[in-house]
Amino acid sequence: MDLAQNILEIIENDPKIDISEIASLTGSSDEEIRDCVRQLEGDGTICKYKTIIDWDKVDNGFVYAIIEITVSLERETGYNVVADRISKFPEVRSVRLISGDHDISLTVRGKSMKQVAFFVAEKIATLPQVQSTATHFVLKTYKEDGVILHETEHAERLPIVA
Amino acid sequence: MKQSTQNVSRLLHRRQMRVSDTVQSVPPSGIRRFFDLANELEDVISLGVGEPDFVTPWHIRESCIHALEQGHTSYTSNQGLPELREEIAGTFRRDHSLHYDPNEEILITTGVSEGIDLAMRAILNRGDEVIISEPCYVSYVPTVIFAGGVPVTVATSIENDFKVTAERIEEKITEKTRAIMINYPNNPTGATMGKKDLEEIADVATEYDLIVISDEIYDKLTYDGKHTCFSSLNGMITNTVLFNGFSKSHAMTGLRVGYALGSSDIIGAMTKIHQYSMLCAPSTSQIAAIDALRNGRAEMERMVREYDRRRHLIINGFNKIGLDCFWGKGAFYAFPSIAGTGMTADEFAERLMLEKRVAVVPGNVFGDSGAGFLRCSYAASRDDIKEALARIGEFVESTDDGIA
Repeated sequence: MDLAQNILEIIENDPKIDISEIASLTGSSDEEIRDCVRQLEGDGTICKYKTIIDWDKVDNGFVYAIIEITVSLERETGYNVVADRISKFPEVRSVRLISGDHDISLTVRGKSMKQVAFFVAEKIATLPQVQSTATHFVLKTYKEDGVILHETEHAERLPIVA
Repeated sequence: MKQSTQNVSRLLHRRQMRVSDTVQSVPPSGIRRFFDLANELEDVISLGVGEPDFVTPWHIRESCIHALEQGHTSYTSNQGLPELREEIAGTFRRDHSLHYDPNEEILITTGVSEGIDLAMRAILNRGDEVIISEPCYVSYVPTVIFAGGVPVTVATSIENDFKVTAERIEEKITEKTRAIMINYPNNPTGATMGKKDLEEIADVATEYDLIVISDEIYDKLTYDGKHTCFSSLNGMITNTVLFNGFSKSHAMTGLRVGYALGSSDIIGAMTKIHQYSMLCAPSTSQIAAIDALRNGRAEMERMVREYDRRRHLIINGFNKIGLDCFWGKGAFYAFPSIAGTGMTADEFAERLMLEKRVAVVPGNVFGDSGAGFLRCSYAASRDDIKEALARIGEFVESTDDGIA
């Protein structure tokens, strides 16, 4: 496998891993790994090192909602203008252009359902290109970005087998 | 009084006679003792297991559940589900340009181990010899003996990267020799053999008209270079009984499903034994195998990439500790030498287990040529591998002589 791809797969699952361990996993030198990571960071392939948190375990956690938006397109500017504008709100955690009944899907985070609902009503629904919004509050997250949050599976193995 | 003593001795004699001479002649697996020892201890980190630490990919497990819901729990045809045989034929056509007739040249077995047993019973007459490259998986030698054959082992060595050579095989050939048995990528060494190396074996097989039994269960777990399927070598499709399965590539050990490919006379003979003993491989597992072949590539490749990382981690780790470790290019075993410690592999493994709670398998369990080595599986989590290496390092330091 290509070294950069190998590093990306390792780091995506474990951003805290240190350079020397990546080196020993890939059979490369520390220097090679450092150079490669630096390049991937520099060209924007690695955008950010993030953590998956189960906010339900925290008092005063967050409320999440998925918002589906239908937009009217202006000539020539396409979806990008409205998507960029929506992306600038810190309450908005993700913005995706989607196929199907709606055009854009957002994830919005707030401190309460009321706060999220008012944010959508005041800041998103009022944008001139937005024709309609549909808000779906998240009641429980089972799996986030490939990670099962309440894993119950524990497969037992015999310690020694031929 | 005298009479009763006679009765007792007659009884004892009869007790001994109840087990056949053949079975009595085979010693119990050398792994057994370590297994019992490991079970008694707590907090053991195991590098002793010949199975993936991954759970069977969910799409495969889900297909088992669906099969059960649909009530597919009856016998299948003796040879195995036609869809599975066709899927296997398609795989070999695509991957190796090999054409096997799913009706006559493919048999679904309850794992490769059953298949090898069938092959031995199908081809051997009493006293026929099978040349087995060694160190080897623990079942090969007993399987030949149980089938009435005579195992003749050929040692491989680290000097030749644990590859078996045509020369060494040729030295062992007699008029009794019926077959050559090989297993690359190899359990326990992790060795692989390239196309050129294998072609030399094929030439010997052709010259002496020998059947080649090739256990390629680890073929997908080849990290550097490309695996060569023995049947794909010139003229070998009719002379080879090829074994493969899903246990290692798709983490399906407990589902017990594998297959044998070969010419119709041998597969037919194996099917005859199979139909009178096993009847068929478990139906749920056969359905799982179909799903593994149709939808399993991405998950399999993900696991293989992770094994490759662990391979680097563990082999580098052993070399740093000072236990010279051979760079095996396949399977999921590291095979470090402990010759420098002055201990036998048995001693080393037993003390390591008792003193540091790390389970490994002494190499001599796999034959005399494995003496002085340990088989350490890297189908264990990275954290376990790191912790095991740290403990092994401490153990080596703590021994009186250190490393000579």
